[in-house]
Amino acid sequence: MYKYNQIDQNIVNERVAQYQDQLNRFLKKELTDEEFRPLRLQNGLYIQRHAPMLRVAIPYGLLSSVQLRTLADIADDFDRGYGHFSTRQNIQYNWPKLEDTPKILKKLADVEMHAIQTSGNCIRNITTDPFAGVSPDEVIDTRYIAEILRQWSTFHPEFALLPRKFKISISGSKSDRALIKTHDIGLELIEKNQDLYANIYVGGGLGRTPMIGVLMKELLPIKHLLSYCESIIRIYNLYGRRDNMYKARIKILVKSLGINDFKRQVEADWDNGNASPNMLDDNEIKRVKVFFTSPDYEILESQELENLYSDNKSFVNWLKRNTRPHKQLGYRSVTISLKGKYQSAPGDILSNQMRAVADLADQFSYGEIRSTHEQNLVLADVKETKIYELYESLITNNLAEANIGLVTDIICCPGGDFCSLANAKSIPIAKNIENLFDDYDYIYDLGSISLNISGCMNACGHHHVGNIGILGVDKDGSEWYQITLGGQQGNEASLGKVIGPSFSEEQVPGVVKKILDTYLSLRNDDSELFIDCFTRIGIDPFKQIIYQEEA
Amino acid sequence: MSNQLILNKKIVNNDWVFLLPVIEQKEVKKQAGKVVMFKVTGENFPEDDDLNKIKLPDVSKILLPLKLYLLRKDEIEKKYSEVGLWLYSHEDFQWLSNLNLDLNKFSVIGIYIEKFADGRIYSLGNLIRRKLKFKNDLRALGDILKDQLFFLDRSGFSSFLIKEGRSAEEAIKGLSDFSHSYQATLDEIPSWRKNLNG
Repeated sequence: MYKYNQIDQNIVNERVAQYQDQLNRFLKKELTDEEFRPLRLQNGLYIQRHAPMLRVAIPYGLLSSVQLRTLADIADDFDRGYGHFSTRQNIQYNWPKLEDTPKILKKLADVEMHAIQTSGNCIRNITTDPFAGVSPDEVIDTRYIAEILRQWSTFHPEFALLPRKFKISISGSKSDRALIKTHDIGLELIEKNQDLYANIYVGGGLGRTPMIGVLMKELLPIKHLLSYCESIIRIYNLYGRRDNMYKARIKILVKSLGINDFKRQVEADWDNGNASPNMLDDNEIKRVKVFFTSPDYEILESQELENLYSDNKSFVNWLKRNTRPHKQLGYRSVTISLKGKYQSAPGDILSNQMRAVADLADQFSYGEIRSTHEQNLVLADVKETKIYELYESLITNNLAEANIGLVTDIICCPGGDFCSLANAKSIPIAKNIENLFDDYDYIYDLGSISLNISGCMNACGHHHVGNIGILGVDKDGSEWYQITLGGQQGNEASLGKVIGPSFSEEQVPGVVKKILDTYLSLRNDDSELFIDCFTRIGIDPFKQIIYQEEA
Repeated sequence: MSNQLILNKKIVNNDWVFLLPVIEQKEVKKQAGKVVMFKVTGENFPEDDDLNKIKLPDVSKILLPLKLYLLRKDEIEKKYSEVGLWLYSHEDFQWLSNLNLDLNKFSVIGIYIEKFADGRIYSLGNLIRRKLKFKNDLRALGDILKDQLFFLDRSGFSSFLIKEGRSAEEAIKGLSDFSHSYQATLDEIPSWRKNLNG
């Protein structure tokens, strides 16, 4: 993974000093609340219901074991012994003290980490495929491009205060696992005659007005990537709405101008990129790319693990759900579930579990860990011969929940328990749904299905792209939940359809159960996934069963 | 109005008068679906009528709104020995560009922001330097604090009128918040071409 040089290290060190100064001026009342707000937000600091919340950047979800141990220490020394992995591959602490935040940032800087631009109206953490570099369907390893974009976007002077937040995601595989069509800019990397190009999607996003991104530019030579993104964001910076925060994202500008006019303005500014000082050259690409070369894999044979352990049903289930093929023969990638009965909320992890995962990464996966936008962790390079040993260690640490991609692998924002933006709680909803299922056979029979919960229309739980989406809404001061069906991520990304009037907190688990039972009774056979069945039969059968019985 | 000016990384005596029209607030209904230039706070900005009514003060060096200058050019050029122009951050760069004005005739061009969070100033600075080739003093006006200075400097600004009530001695330190930057702007080169990476 990327290693800081002196420039990188100076930048994060100087940021700690700058932030300490900003906090001091705020505490001395030399900065007003209104002035301090954008400054602290650009350092990941929110003022929440109970305490500030600090969001730490994990660039494109890549962590070393040393970094994860530091995150565990921070959880113990400055928080309540746990952290929460977010849907942007970052980690959040819910209970730090305002005065301690510079100390936390100093500890992070010591291990090449920071909280820069994890919030606020600026370019946020660049995200990508958690299986970059190891997936068999990969065309381009996105990690070095993600690192180049991280550096370019860090303290970009022109984009320090955009109309609203700005998110960029990159995919380099046949199937998109980075949600590129629901980002402000989505980049699809492709190779043609050994040259690297990007297809550029713009104006996607979830939130209050969910939209699927539009393909704006095909086959942009990679050397122009930074200048083209600059022109997009420059036009947005100048003409994006600033009078209404709900209409301030780039998607609203793209929609109101129309993609053609938007593109015309961008390309007039871009002027073929030839005058840009940020044109990428082969040297820069090479300089960053060497940090992401494959480790020295051993030449191994593939293991018939399922047959070898056929008498251990729990292991086989875990193997099927939580591991996936690797580009290198004899290796697999393992996903560690942060969902289920041992986790107090989806994405939460205790400090001792963080240390255990760090140790396992050292032991089994070259000391690297990845975080996913589904709020789980990945050990990307595990030898098949060591998989069982790893599984047993995960059991000891309550980290072997075999539910990746299943209904209990719930994606969920912190919701009304923590977040001051939320309309409704989301964690208790996740927990109540989880409690519906004590029967693993039922869950496995349901197969792959995504369930996403957001506590408000800001959609941090990505509910629009959940096969089942649950959104907390406020009705005259009480908490209700609107349910959508049929959303999905990936190449066929689509937004869920609202099933009808919303439900009370108590009704939600029952309604979810009915949706699942309806699917089970109407699917062609167990090879027809929930989303395929939904696409075939539509929303009406679900509607009828739910509202007929509710009535 | 503040008089603490930072110019070319030094605190200097400001002999320019910055004319900021004060206007009556009118309610405007926004048309749905239509893209117009939005101000941060939704207040009005002066119409031609307002600008025509302004009494030009008796000073020697003055910074005037660009639209006022366009309306009363002859009168202004006769009256003042030196004129600088400034734009509101919501004024359109394309419009400015199409005026075909020789900006280098003016020793100062300013951009005014009402609110700290208005980041349009950075792109405007970049464009005025890069596309309109403005060579003289580019000045940041309005809600300008220490924390914008590093970015403004990199976006082409050469002087900063610090907000009333804030210390310019403190603010000037903001210019050196960081010793390095990754990306290039204007005529800089990106960090990766500076050969500092070993």
